[in-house]
Amino acid sequence: MSAAPVSGRLSTLAAALVIARRDFTAILFSRSFFFFLLGPLFPLIVGGLAGGIGASVKETTARPELGIAMSKADVAAMSAAYRQLQGQLAYLPDLVVVAELEPGQAFDAGAAVRDRKQNLAAVITGTPAQPVLTGTRDLIERWQGPVSLAAAQALGNAPASYPKVELSNLVTKTTADENRSRVTTAQLGQTVLFLLTMLLAGMVLSNLVEEKGNKIIEILAAAIPMDAVFLGKLFAMLAVSWVGITVWGVTGTAVWLAAGNSLADYPAPAVGWPMFFGLAVLYFSMGYLLLGSLFLAIGSMASTVREVQTLSMPVTMLQLLNFFFASYAMARPGSAIEIAATVVPFSSPFAMLARAAQDPRLWTHGLALAWQVVCVAICVKAGATLFRKWVMKSGPARGGRKRRWFGRRAKAETAV
Amino acid sequence: MVSNAGAGANRPLAIEARGIVKRFDGFTAVDGVDLTVPEGAIYGILGPNGAGKTTTLRMLLGIIDPDEGVRRILGHDRPHEVAHTIGYLPEERGLYPSMKAYEAIAFMGALRGLPLAEGRRRGRELLEQHGLGYAADRQIRQLSKGMAQQVQLLGTLVHNPRLVVFDEPFSGLDALNQGKLERMMRGLAESGVTVIFSTHVIAHAERLCDEVAIIAGGKVPFAGPVDVARDRIRPQVRLETRASDGPWRAALPADARHEGAYWMFSLPETGVEPLLRALIEGEAGILSLSIERAGLHDAFVAIAGEAAARALEESPEEVR
Repeated sequence: MSAAPVSGRLSTLAAALVIARRDFTAILFSRSFFFFLLGPLFPLIVGGLAGGIGASVKETTARPELGIAMSKADVAAMSAAYRQLQGQLAYLPDLVVVAELEPGQAFDAGAAVRDRKQNLAAVITGTPAQPVLTGTRDLIERWQGPVSLAAAQALGNAPASYPKVELSNLVTKTTADENRSRVTTAQLGQTVLFLLTMLLAGMVLSNLVEEKGNKIIEILAAAIPMDAVFLGKLFAMLAVSWVGITVWGVTGTAVWLAAGNSLADYPAPAVGWPMFFGLAVLYFSMGYLLLGSLFLAIGSMASTVREVQTLSMPVTMLQLLNFFFASYAMARPGSAIEIAATVVPFSSPFAMLARAAQDPRLWTHGLALAWQVVCVAICVKAGATLFRKWVMKSGPARGGRKRRWFGRRAKAETAV
Repeated sequence: MVSNAGAGANRPLAIEARGIVKRFDGFTAVDGVDLTVPEGAIYGILGPNGAGKTTTLRMLLGIIDPDEGVRRILGHDRPHEVAHTIGYLPEERGLYPSMKAYEAIAFMGALRGLPLAEGRRRGRELLEQHGLGYAADRQIRQLSKGMAQQVQLLGTLVHNPRLVVFDEPFSGLDALNQGKLERMMRGLAESGVTVIFSTHVIAHAERLCDEVAIIAGGKVPFAGPVDVARDRIRPQVRLETRASDGPWRAALPADARHEGAYWMFSLPETGVEPLLRALIEGEAGILSLSIERAGLHDAFVAIAGEAAARALEESPEEVR
């Protein structure tokens, strides 16, 4: 070959870029990525369908009715009064005529309420002057007032007209409301961050196992530092995650806006929406890189997918604990426990996102992000060192000491 | 260890390792290996499976670090600093199945610092040169095993390395492709590239190598020129006489043994002249007399021992 040799060695970052570019394009242009993008759609569809069916069932079966059993004249008077009141008291249940009683006719209100053929929550009996309400305690206590009003109206004792009340919503929220809403925003942000991190960081697990299966890892390890391999893989998967989140985010936002929602209807986080979203992206990235580097180290030590699953389970549980820790700390801003949650690397992204919703100070985020970058670097370095120490070894299989963990079996299988 | 300065004594060293040791879980896989590989040489690491060949190569390339000892590769202590001038073909071949052949070559070049566009161009060129141009756009998974091995070999060379390291390069190749690979290795050495390869097949080392390191049980009992290894055993003399007995027999060396019609013995320090004189004077009737230089196999047996030689012969290999 006449071409000139390569003039200089690759820096770690340049080498990481070679790996990242290969992994990113390979994943992005694979058929499985399309299905990966569709992934969240299926639970949404199933959830939507289940919710719709549930709402419909609730609508038809759980809407309580108020029955009435009086003389024909009393039923007419009470029904007219009730209709008039329904205009003022929107929460009143529908009134259903159960029976128009002849004078002296007995009626068992309890049996009517228990009758499974009807959907009665309570029954009014007696007369407008002396109404009797039969039903469960909580309902009859709640409906006692409206029934009394209707009876008074039926007797002609109620006001002839009701003045129109002008509504003023100049005060949209109180300080208490705002604090409560920010906590809700923080909780929501933490939950979304946790779900995305867990969903996407798991992808790196199988990546390295596949690489080892293809026997490519030795070529990579000979050409570039393992740190670069790890970094490249992490950033490739992060970029893939960003693509996924962008697609899901744009689609979700379009649907959300089409449904008539607006961000202005929701209380803004302490740092404002644009900064909150910016920080959410950064904290997702850091959370992803932290967890991803840990998963990558595990993936590098495992020989099979089964080993990956076994080894990753404790990490998944630990991350769940971190999430709960950050959630618990969120309700105690400024406390020692909240500060601890922002310092512990794996709970820090969650705790800091919650802080962004509740605390307007920005410098704390700069500090936290810098700390998280250091932790990612340590995790990547440790993972690469473990990999070099435990995985890239060979030698004769020695009888009687077949260890299966941390790549030791791989050694026996790749005897020189 | 016996080290012999040979043909490459005055050449700068491509690889220099002193006392490198690697232990795994208390087991010493490589135990104080010394190696010096002159630039431009074809150097073989010869030993049975499990002898420590791959671990030694991995340490030399910086894939793993030695627990003890020092290594210098192309003048650098850190192999990754000169990774752009090294090509490596591991024993366990591996390529991304979904990559196209020319892309796989370009990717391997990119790992060594070759710009991707240049790697793609060279990839297509190399495939054409080796009769695989028609497969350039095929995915690796669509290629036969032999073709995929060739693609990986080309990827090892795409960046024009100064040093090429092959780990068991002949394993899995048919006789035809083994021959092609031997020619390619000679061509590389002729163009000044240092070639180092591990093998458990003596014939390859004997045909190709200027120098060899014999490795057994993680130790290197010999490293140096192949001729020097052979010279560790005295040439063997084979004598056939018409007369089976006579006073001339007293002139035979002490190690002479009768095998069939022949007398076999090591060439005496004094040469064969005194024996010839005795044979002629004793009218033994010389039918044939040959002096054979020891082969590398005999040298291996003498240096590494019978057990290592047996392990070498038992190492699985389809084509020897």
